[in-house]
Amino acid sequence: MNALLIVCGLGFISLLSEILNFKKGLHAIVIAGLIAAALMVVRDWNSAAHYFNDMLIFDQFAIAFSCLIMAVAAAWFCLAPSYFIGDSHQTDRTALIAFTIVGGIMMVSFNNMAILFLGIEILSISLYVLAGSNKESFFSNEAAFKYFIMGSFATGFLLMGIALVYGATGSFDIARITEYLAAHSDELPGFFYVGLFLMLIGIAFKISVVPFHFWAPDVYAGSPTLITAFMSTVVKIAAVGAFYKIFAQCFLPVQASFTSTVIVIITLTLLVANITAVYQNNVKRMLAYSSVAQVGYILLGLISDSAKFEGPLLYYLTSYATTSLVAFGVLYMIESAKGSSSLEVFAGLYTKNPFAAICMTIALLSLAGIPPFAGFFAKYSVLSMAVDGNYIEMVILAIITSLIGVYYYFKPIMAMFGQRSDDRLYFSPGQKLIIGALTLLIILMGLFPDSLISVMG
Amino acid sequence: MMILFLILWPLATALGLYVLRPANAKVVAFASSLIELVVSLLIVIQFRDQDAAMWTYQVPWIPSLGINFSVGMDGISLLLVLLTTGLVPFILLSSFKMPNQKSANFYALVLLMQMALVGVFTALDGFLFYVFWEMALIPIYFICLIWGDESRVPVTFKFFVYTLAGSLFMLLALLFLYYQTPGNHSFDIHALYKAGRELSTFQQGIIFWGLFLAFAIKMPIFPFHTWQPDTYTVAPMEGTMLLSGIMLKMGFYGLIRWLLPLVPLGVKEWGFTAIILSVIGIVYASIVAINQKDFKRLIAYASIAHVGLISAGVLTSSKLGMQGALIQMISHGILAFALFYICEIISTRSNTRIITSLGGLRTSAPILTTIFVIVILGTIALPFTSGFVGEFLLLNALFQYNMILGAVGGLTIILGAVYLLPAFQYMMLGKNHAPGADIADLTRHEKIVLYPIVVLVFVIGIHPDPLLKISEVAVTDLLEVFSTFSANVK
Repeated sequence: MNALLIVCGLGFISLLSEILNFKKGLHAIVIAGLIAAALMVVRDWNSAAHYFNDMLIFDQFAIAFSCLIMAVAAAWFCLAPSYFIGDSHQTDRTALIAFTIVGGIMMVSFNNMAILFLGIEILSISLYVLAGSNKESFFSNEAAFKYFIMGSFATGFLLMGIALVYGATGSFDIARITEYLAAHSDELPGFFYVGLFLMLIGIAFKISVVPFHFWAPDVYAGSPTLITAFMSTVVKIAAVGAFYKIFAQCFLPVQASFTSTVIVIITLTLLVANITAVYQNNVKRMLAYSSVAQVGYILLGLISDSAKFEGPLLYYLTSYATTSLVAFGVLYMIESAKGSSSLEVFAGLYTKNPFAAICMTIALLSLAGIPPFAGFFAKYSVLSMAVDGNYIEMVILAIITSLIGVYYYFKPIMAMFGQRSDDRLYFSPGQKLIIGALTLLIILMGLFPDSLISVMG
Repeated sequence: MMILFLILWPLATALGLYVLRPANAKVVAFASSLIELVVSLLIVIQFRDQDAAMWTYQVPWIPSLGINFSVGMDGISLLLVLLTTGLVPFILLSSFKMPNQKSANFYALVLLMQMALVGVFTALDGFLFYVFWEMALIPIYFICLIWGDESRVPVTFKFFVYTLAGSLFMLLALLFLYYQTPGNHSFDIHALYKAGRELSTFQQGIIFWGLFLAFAIKMPIFPFHTWQPDTYTVAPMEGTMLLSGIMLKMGFYGLIRWLLPLVPLGVKEWGFTAIILSVIGIVYASIVAINQKDFKRLIAYASIAHVGLISAGVLTSSKLGMQGALIQMISHGILAFALFYICEIISTRSNTRIITSLGGLRTSAPILTTIFVIVILGTIALPFTSGFVGEFLLLNALFQYNMILGAVGGLTIILGAVYLLPAFQYMMLGKNHAPGADIADLTRHEKIVLYPIVVLVFVIGIHPDPLLKISEVAVTDLLEVFSTFSANVK
């Protein structure tokens, strides 16, 4: 709760800083504030705190995920000073990002459908603006517009779903809904299931799984690269966290009614996203499809055993966020030097800048699920749970699609190492430091996965 | 603890090389590999199979999932570790005077590879085994991708995807077994053994194919070999040496450690099919080798042929076959190293590897020719060379298993002569086909590399007993277990 206030405060401070004229220190203030907020949340680890008549509950799940959101956001800020500097919109952008984080924290700590809705909206509205924050770019405007139209459409579904679920169960409160469902699981009215599926569609839009993913590649590719990085990390964590809370906790008593739908979604997501990614020549677009595909693997773990999935989910999202930050970070630096994010600009990167090439390679190997990197263990834990849950055919599908994944993740690797180039590319020491540290984290997480998985008990 | 050193030392040096990038990286790498060799020799001296506890090391790694960092050695592991630690210094040394000098990153990758290989040969935990297995793939992929020949990009990618596909099915098979273990599940090798042996014949058959696929692609066995000739050809010399000298032995080691004792009934059920595939590979690869124009490619196919015999020998699950396979693995490692080195020497000096455009090199390079002939005779298994001991034991085992297969497998020696001797004749003897293409004889550096190899070829050929002794107890134990559990079939 305190964290929520601090991050909110950061948003207001950044708005005030325009008037009070202390823009120079703002970046550092925000990073420090996020870290302070994260530490503050961790202090309550052993005692779940309830706020506003149980509308917000900071239990271990909420604490772990909101910490993750803030930590990733802080790392993102370290990576992204150039998004804020040298532009007249520094303060607006910082404020918008801060409000996005507020929305994200609400999405992983809600105990009430209304808060869920508020969280999603606070997050989304800020993001619509951020997606279009490169005002001179046609694609950025397109991305914002598309995201806005699609997003509001999805919100409509979600709201309608919440209303129907309320009608059937008589409560917005997650815990009460679960109780009611457990007690009356065989006498639920038909419109409850309609509500459930409308909610599924609404949140599926937000976590961008097939067939509700159409906006994602365009929005990801059109937005400024750093915003894309933000969307595929912070926003993804929040959305997947919300999905977990709704479908693996709240609707757990009626899980059987939507499992087969989720399996269809997983199958489509794994196949469509991975196969489409193969045909992309733009690395940013390829990473967008890859981000869609990754959610498919996450959902596979979720249906296999939702109760035991908390730890692996946290691990998966942490490793995915770290890896994405490295991949997008390197991509951003190359893009700002070369003016393009197509595959060609990666040609010969190993001779241009070996450090960037090696970091990018480790990130891509991790995304592809090659040991000993974090992405491998993330995928492994999902597959392992699916084997345990007797979803053998889904496991085989996941293995085949991750082989397809290797194909496209290796395209930049082959370009970086397989070709030679004479010119050089320099990174600033600050960029090197943060990307190097995140890369190291990918390796460490891969070598010592237990430290993170067992956090969730 | 010494095993831990063998794994961590190359890793530490590799990281050091990458971070500090010393000017003489190759010397540092070579020195590091020598230390590694000395330590492994110390282990050989002290090694007694009885006190097995001394040669294991275990710490919890991911306790919540029953995964341990558990490594250990018996005679079988020791032989393969010895092959790794023994061959890497030679591979590094052979790269010293090559025209394309390689950067520190290259040597770091070779040492990383060494770490992963030692890990594979000592892992006693299914998960750890898989991780090392994959970790061995990454450095070699980059060695081939960065320093390889013209068409390296698609070729090495095919290699990577092929081997990764195989190992993913191995992971699936191991995972399935993991969930058969009682209680909180464990990846410990003995727990997996126990779980595997309790499965029905049908289930064991499925596990057999999941694992065999991974191993067969690595070796490679017909029909999973299509990545191999291209990869061997485009890889830089050191890469080819690592691939054929050491890495393909991962496949055999997998068969011995992770297949025969794990699913004895599966092996009983499907072993014959797998042996037939191996024998087909012998004949097929030999015939293809006869028609090769590029000498490096010829050796690549020859390697498939030899590999087929070794795998057939292991799968007979007899003591002869197993011991023969182990000695042949060592011998093949040494000889493949020498063949690829000689091939590289000839091709850098005369700018071609095409057999028919070479000729009469003997007049200008007599010492090279002599060594070359010894290596070739070793490869086609002439008595008193290292190749003979292994092939003799293997063929003997195959004969006892099945006369016809033995006879067909025996073709490997005859066909080996058919493709290697004419190639040798063309390149070294006779007329000089391209006038003015005289090449310099071996330099002192090359002699330092090749003389010990020649000595080893003869020493192992004449007196193989010490090597056979190292693995004898382990092999006997393993087969005892195997026959107990495969006899349970109704």
